[in-house]
Amino acid sequence: MADPLLRVENLVRRFGGIVATDHVSLDVAQGELHAIIGPNGAGKTTLISQLTGHLTPDSGSIYLGGRDISHLAAYRRSALGLARSFQITSLLLDFTVADNVALAAQAHAGHSFSFWRNARKESGLRMAAQAALERVGLAHRAGVLVSRLSHGEQRELELAVALATKPQLLLLDEPMAGLGVTESARMVKLLQELRKEVTIVLVEHDMDAVFALADRISVLVYGRVIASDVPSAIRQNEDVKRAYLGDQQVVTAHV
Amino acid sequence: MKDKLNARNLVSALLVAGLLLLPLYSQASGNVFVLTLFTRIVILALAAVSLNLIMGYGGMMSFGHAAYLGIGGYAVGILAQEGFGSGFLQFPVALAASAIYALVIGALSLRTRGVYFIMITLAFAQMAYYVASGLARYGGDDGLTVYKRSDFGGLINLSSRTQFYYLCLACLLGVVFLIWRIVNSRFGMVVQGLRSNEARMQAIGFPATRYRLVCFVISGTMCGLAGAMLANNTDFVSPAVMYWTRSGDLMVMVILGGMGVLFGPVVGAVAYLLLEELLSQVTEYWALIMGPLLLLVVLFARGGIMGLLGRLNRG
Repeated sequence: MADPLLRVENLVRRFGGIVATDHVSLDVAQGELHAIIGPNGAGKTTLISQLTGHLTPDSGSIYLGGRDISHLAAYRRSALGLARSFQITSLLLDFTVADNVALAAQAHAGHSFSFWRNARKESGLRMAAQAALERVGLAHRAGVLVSRLSHGEQRELELAVALATKPQLLLLDEPMAGLGVTESARMVKLLQELRKEVTIVLVEHDMDAVFALADRISVLVYGRVIASDVPSAIRQNEDVKRAYLGDQQVVTAHV
Repeated sequence: MKDKLNARNLVSALLVAGLLLLPLYSQASGNVFVLTLFTRIVILALAAVSLNLIMGYGGMMSFGHAAYLGIGGYAVGILAQEGFGSGFLQFPVALAASAIYALVIGALSLRTRGVYFIMITLAFAQMAYYVASGLARYGGDDGLTVYKRSDFGGLINLSSRTQFYYLCLACLLGVVFLIWRIVNSRFGMVVQGLRSNEARMQAIGFPATRYRLVCFVISGTMCGLAGAMLANNTDFVSPAVMYWTRSGDLMVMVILGGMGVLFGPVVGAVAYLLLEELLSQVTEYWALIMGPLLLLVVLFARGGIMGLLGRLNRG
């Protein structure tokens, strides 16, 4: 078997006395949609932040395409093809939709120490932005200020921004957070399209979405991976059921 | 800036027209003072415009921008004192010294954010102030008289009031044009993106500090130019131009005019310095009136004068 696209080995991160990430090991194969689930406070976002470089691990390693990226800065990882969406929407609110995506395309197009040409008139950037917006169905909102978008549209824009950096690996931190039923359904449909093109690591609370989308699921509890398997096996897993005690029906309801 | 006819652009255009025609008025009316006053206003507007680049567009609240006025000024003053009167030497040295200072200060202070950034830029500027006070050879506390203005050969005569005024105005408009190009370029988009959301910008692949530092150096160099002009205007340079209240004045001009608006600081500088001039003729306690006025602007006219004009336009 070829090397996995993303390999995490024995990752540890402590916050004071709390071990937020406790010897986590994960493999994500090329083309896979790998979901990470777990109860609140299980350390999912801490894990994602270490993958993207916003937090440095205390020990352990992260490999992207066989290359050790454990200590690379966030912007270097992005250049290597790692893109993320944020759990809490994080966009340039006072920029237009098109400018947000064009900046992501610009980041991918080499350095930006160009001081004279009008960036908004560079057709290459504009076309890349437009393509990414069409991908998520936001093309008709290109000229609108982001602060005027609905929450659902902002979640879609997060995806477009990530896509515009032409990533190999997309890390999605709860893309459905705060979405209504119809918006969630649209997002699931969108992700089903995207997974054909890009490897995705999905952190999500919406179990319907996770079981509908994932090739493999890893379950994180108290910073530890207690199971990592295909969805049908995760459903049967006794440890997982116990971990979700009280929330048990959430997992078993879909059997 | 879009080519639209709105209140903002109208005010900017009228202001530029007024500044261009001012020497004619001064000559016709025989009012020499107004030209002297506006030369100073134009120079400080140049400093405020440069501050706006980092403060308004870049979100870097530098409270030490007056340091560049001093560095540019002392470059001219010290070279003149040492017998190097050529402006072709003085001005490049003034700009280079400002750029180097900005590079060092920026590299150190851009590690911090928010209040810490304000305090550290302030601290460095005060350090520059005390260094200048200690330059015994160059006047120390008392400052340094510049006996001869920068010599540009036959090209332009800085001792002619009108020629010097137009040189200052040309520098101001040139720098405004340059900033207009910069803020709309790829680089400008990155800097403004960093002001808006740094974490997002890093996630899509931009090394934040590198872009901020370059922006900081560009801004400082521009302000160094204003410093070299100011020394020529007053025929004098002293540590006082670097004092923290001067940095505060520059910030007030930017905020009063409108942060992140191209012509905002020019409008702010004209309004602030004219008001200061007029009020000080009425009463020596002019600051008592100026203070509450500024408070009103900050409280009720967010976005400054240009912000008000923008709202006027939207109805």
